[in-house]
Amino acid sequence: MADVIEVGAARGDAPPPAGRNRRRGATQRGHRATPYLFLAPYLVLFLVFGLAPIVFGVWISLHQWDLQLPNRPFIGLENYRDLFSSDSADYADWWSSVRATAIFTVLSVPLLVVVPLGLALLLNEKFPGRTFFRAAFFAPYVLGVAVIGLLWRFLLDANLGLVNRLLGAFGLPADTPWVTDVPWAWVSLVGVTVWWTCGFNAVIYLAGLQDIPAELYEAAKVDGASAWDRFRHVTLPGLRPVLLFVLTTTILASANVFGQSFLITQGAPGEQTRTVVWRIVDEGLRNYDVGQASAMSVLFALLLAVVSIVNFRLFRYRED
Amino acid sequence: MTNVRRVARYTALVLITAVFVTPLVWMALTSLKTYDDAQQDPPSWLPSPFSTYGYDQILGNTANPVLRWFLNSMLAASLHTLLVLVTASMAAYALARLRFQGRKVSFALIVGTLFLPPTSLIIPNFVIADQLGWIDTLTVIVVPGAASAFGVFFLRQFFLSIPAELEEAAVLDGANHWQVFFQVLLPLSKPALATLAVLSFLTNWNDFLWPVYVLFSPERLTLPAGLGLLQGAYVTDYPVIMAGAVLASVPVLILFVLAQRHIIQGVSRSGLKG
Repeated sequence: MADVIEVGAARGDAPPPAGRNRRRGATQRGHRATPYLFLAPYLVLFLVFGLAPIVFGVWISLHQWDLQLPNRPFIGLENYRDLFSSDSADYADWWSSVRATAIFTVLSVPLLVVVPLGLALLLNEKFPGRTFFRAAFFAPYVLGVAVIGLLWRFLLDANLGLVNRLLGAFGLPADTPWVTDVPWAWVSLVGVTVWWTCGFNAVIYLAGLQDIPAELYEAAKVDGASAWDRFRHVTLPGLRPVLLFVLTTTILASANVFGQSFLITQGAPGEQTRTVVWRIVDEGLRNYDVGQASAMSVLFALLLAVVSIVNFRLFRYRED
Repeated sequence: MTNVRRVARYTALVLITAVFVTPLVWMALTSLKTYDDAQQDPPSWLPSPFSTYGYDQILGNTANPVLRWFLNSMLAASLHTLLVLVTASMAAYALARLRFQGRKVSFALIVGTLFLPPTSLIIPNFVIADQLGWIDTLTVIVVPGAASAFGVFFLRQFFLSIPAELEEAAVLDGANHWQVFFQVLLPLSKPALATLAVLSFLTNWNDFLWPVYVLFSPERLTLPAGLGLLQGAYVTDYPVIMAGAVLASVPVLILFVLAQRHIIQGVSRSGLKG
C-alpha cells in the first residue's frame, strides 16, 4: 500500500519533462482561485467528517462528556485510566470485548489469508467458465452484513436451521448450539465471515498473480522445478506485497467486526462474543457516554496502528 | 494427465460454488414459502406451494414499513453516490492536474486518513452530526460518509494515467479549466467514474452500523437498519424475514451482475494498482 502511494505521489510531483512548461502555461490561463474552487466541495466534507473527528475524538476523550448532560468538565486521562483499573464499572466489559475481538481476529485472519489464496490459484489459469466461478465466489461479498447476518442466524438455528438438519440427515449430531454456546459461536462467526468475505481477498490475489511474469514460471519449469517448488520460489515471493496488503487489511477488517456478532450470536453466550466496536458504539450512542467511548476508540485505533506497523516491519525484515 | 487435472479442477470449483451460492438460493426459496412450509422437518428445498406470503406480510405492513425503508435506502444511496462522484472528481482533478499552494499537504492528509479504521471516527462523527441537527434524518446517511478519501485517491490515479496532451490541446483552443474538466477529462473517465459509483452505492446501501445508531423513527430507517426490527417482530417467521433480506439483496445483486467487471476490477485495483 505504501509503495503504491509513493509511486502515485512521485508521478504527481514529477510530470513528464516535455509537458512541464506547457502545463504551467495552461495553469496560468485559469483564475488563481480555480484550483481551490475545484477542491472546496470535497475539502468541506473532508474537514468536517474526516479530519475534524480525529482531533475532536481525542478532545472528547479527555472530558467527562455525556450527551444528555450540559456540563462537560475536563478530566484529563481519567477515561483512559478507567479502562485499566479493575475497580471501574467499564473495566470488565471493555476487556471482555477486547478478548472477544482478539479471539475472532486470531481465528479468522489465517483462514482469510490462506483460503482465498487457494481459490485464486484455482482460478488463475484461463479456462472456460472462469468468469462465472470468480463471480460466484465474490457474490456473497456484495450483500450487506444485515442480510448475511439474518440469513445465517436462520441457517444456524439449533432447531429449525438447515445446517443442523443437514447434519442430521447424514447421521451426525443435529443439536449443535451454533449461535448460543462457545466454542460453536466462534466457529459460526468465523465460518460465516470466511464465506462472506473470502471472495474479496481472492480477487486481490488474482490481480497479484497476474502480475507475476510468466517467464519466471517457464524458467523454473525448464530447471525441473516441481509445482510445489514453483509455488514456493516463484509465486510466494512474487505475491509478497500482495500478501502484506491482504494481511494488513484483513487484520483491520477482522478487528472491526461488529455486525456478525450483533446479528448472529447477539453477543451470546452471556456477553462473550460482544466485540470492541459493539462496546464502543453502545457506550457512546446508547448510553450517551461519548467521553468514555472516545477513549476506547482512541485506544483501539492506536492498537491497530501498532499492529499494522509491526506487520510492515516483519515483512520488510523477511525480505532482506 | 491434463484431462485428470481438468476434471479435478472443475469438480473442486463446482463444490466450492455450491458452498458459496446455496445459502443465497435457500434465502430466495424460503422467501417464497408459507409459514408452515418453512417449519417442515425434514425441510423441502422447493416451496410447495410457491407463496407470496412473506412478501405480502412485509409490503402491506404499517408497523414495519419495509417498502418505505427500501425507498429511503434507494434515495440515500443514490444521493450519496452523486455527492461522492461530484466532490471526489473535482478534488481529484485539482490534485492531479492543477498547481497550487498546499497541494502536497492536502493530498498527504487525504491519503493519511485511508489508513485509519473508520470505526474510530464514529463517535466524534455522531457528536458532529448531532450538533448539526442531522440525527434521525436522511442527511446523516447521505453526507458524512461521502468524504471519501478512497474516491479522491482512486480518481486522481486514473486522471494521472490520461495523457495531459489531450487537455493541453483543448487549452490551446481557448478552453478554461472547467471546460477541460467537463468536456475532456470526465468523458474520458467514464470507466473509473462508473467503478467508483458502483462501489459507493454498494457501500452505502449495505451500511449497517451507522444507520442502526443514528436513525430511530420507523419511517426514516434504511432497509438494513429496518431488517433488525423485522427480525424482532417475526422471530421465527422465516419467510417474512427472508423476504426482507431478498429485497435488500436484489438491487445490489442486479448491480453486481450488470457491473461485475467494474466491481471486481475496482476491488483489485483499489488494493494494488491504485
